[in-house]
Amino acid sequence: MNEDTPPATPPSRKPVSRRRALIGLSAVGGIGAATIGGFGFARGALTPEKLTPARFADRFEHVFGRHEGFRRNHAKGLSATGYFTSNGAGAEVSTASVFRAGTYPVTGRFSLSGGLPCAPDTASVVRGLGLQFDLPHDEQWRTAMVNIPVFLDSTPQNFVDRLVASKTDPETGEPDQKKIRAYLDDHPETVAAMKIVRQHPPASGFENTTYRGLNAFGFTNEDGQTTPVRWMLVPEEPDGPEKPPQEQTSEDYLFENLVRASSAPLQWRLILTLGQPEDPTNDATKPWPDERRTIDVGTVTINSVQTEAPGNARDINFDPLVLPDGITPLDDPLPAARSSVYARSFARRSRETHHPSKIDAEAVRRA
Amino acid sequence: MRSRATIQYALPSRILHWLMAAMVVVQLFIAAVMMASLAYYPLLLAIHKPLGIVILIFIVFRIGNLFLHRPPPAMSTMGPWERRFAKGSEILLYALLLIQPLIGWAMLSAAGGPLTIGPVQLPPIAPEQVGLFGLLRIFHSVAAYLLFLTFTAHLCAVLFHTVVLRDGLLSRMAPWTRRLTSGESDFTSSADSNPQPVTEGRGVSD
Ligand code: HEM
Ligand code: HEM
Repeated sequence: MNEDTPPATPPSRKPVSRRRALIGLSAVGGIGAATIGGFGFARGALTPEKLTPARFADRFEHVFGRHEGFRRNHAKGLSATGYFTSNGAGAEVSTASVFRAGTYPVTGRFSLSGGLPCAPDTASVVRGLGLQFDLPHDEQWRTAMVNIPVFLDSTPQNFVDRLVASKTDPETGEPDQKKIRAYLDDHPETVAAMKIVRQHPPASGFENTTYRGLNAFGFTNEDGQTTPVRWMLVPEEPDGPEKPPQEQTSEDYLFENLVRASSAPLQWRLILTLGQPEDPTNDATKPWPDERRTIDVGTVTINSVQTEAPGNARDINFDPLVLPDGITPLDDPLPAARSSVYARSFARRSRETHHPSKIDAEAVRRA
Repeated sequence: MRSRATIQYALPSRILHWLMAAMVVVQLFIAAVMMASLAYYPLLLAIHKPLGIVILIFIVFRIGNLFLHRPPPAMSTMGPWERRFAKGSEILLYALLLIQPLIGWAMLSAAGGPLTIGPVQLPPIAPEQVGLFGLLRIFHSVAAYLLFLTFTAHLCAVLFHTVVLRDGLLSRMAPWTRRLTSGESDFTSSADSNPQPVTEGRGVSD
């Protein structure tokens, strides 16, 4: 109550006719509805056919089922820690702090592609390695790499279409070959990429696999020159026998062998491949010519692996767009889409109950 | 007749109001498009975060400004309930605009990783813990939708006064300084359904 400030006089006030009031009311209702509708449209709610990050994540759940607390893709995994010893050679192409000579801690995660947290290990399933480099001044470099030489899809839409086409038919327990063939008929780039993949048979284990970033990024050096670069991790460990006998004896032989191998430090060389102006940077299905110059920029050492647990790699989103200054995305549509879908997967698994991971490193070590 | 100063909001209040209105509307729509786009998610997020922090800085100034420049008294075209409702929605808007960017900041702190906002490196304001991220991520959506609905209600209420009741409510917040018109003296003769002066309540429709 404040008697000293009587209500203000409305400044202009003409009699309101019924007709004008109705017109006015419809205008108010119309603008309110347009605001809500416009927001809903922007949010994708009115265009159910549009592929949004959330719908992409839904497709993973449609194909693999929903497994609370686990990643929507690369669900089966093992956490790892170690360090990167940078030899300084990368400074030639990028000012990124990770290429200054020195040692930086890394957190990693070995994984198998697919959204099933308990799928059996097989040699042909794509293997992944996510790495996070902790750099000075709170910078980070995160990268999620795989063991195939090229990616199978050139666009996010193609990836999701192929994913859905290869969904296991619940009746036969197998993917529907007709759907897969129909997809491949329309996608020669995938057929070409699969051919290259077949020419590079997988190594015997996680510990002796080459992991590749596949997507090209721009590396900018002190002179302001930007070079397109793809990177890979090349193992120091030699390849083992082609068909390991363990494949028959244990569902988790790849992870178990990795746990055993990690009793000694495991090492990979980080190799940058420098692209030429004519090399495609927007299409990860296309290889670059073999004779492209490479730079060995240092060694990643993994000296410990751990069961997925709170606070370790389980809780990292290996978002490929978390980059240090000196590395930038180029015109490839995959990294932006990956960033958006990984964020959805991360947000979902963060609010779900976590269940124990299949791979128990301690149990393997005890056995 | 009251002086123009008490009928209109103070100039700093009006400037802050329209600057923030523009930023918040842009922020909400950027966020909506960002959440629906595979291609523009990173770019829009890189705008969303600094803009959210700018909104946080502005709302702090704006709350300070509330104490420097009290809002003008409520208009007589508003009944006591409408005033309470308007007042409540204003408090809700202020609260949401303060809390929402803090939730965003805390949520990214809990997720771990660099908090680089444009050229600035923010300190974390919450412990790095994935469950906390999951919870704050839900709050960020709930607060965002509540903010959007409150804003829409506020917009419709102001429009209702302006185009249906035609009581010039909008001119109290107009960015230009209002000139007194002859319409003002018409007020008493107008067809007002609730002509008794109401003495309670102060600012509305901020
Ligand atoms: C549009 C294309 C792609 C989509 C939509 C996609 C989707 C996903 C999703 C949803 C996850 C789980 C993320 C999480 O919860 O943290 C994931 C993990 C992963 N992805 Fe992709 N992916 C794509 C392309 C690629 C490419 C090109 C590579 C390799 C260069 C790759 C390698 C990996 C790896 C290694 C992981 C596991 C990382 C970890 O351990 O957290 N993905 N992917
Ligand atoms: C007034 C300020 C803000 C408003 C109105 C706002 C609004 C929104 C909205 C509407 C969404 C989408 C929610 C959904 O559809 O689920 C969103 C997402 C997001 N906001 Fe904000 N926000 C604000 C401030 C901030 C700040 C200051 C930060 C961080 C510093 C932030 C970080 C984020 C992030 C990271 C996401 C997306 C997360 C994901 O992909 O899951 N926001 N925000």
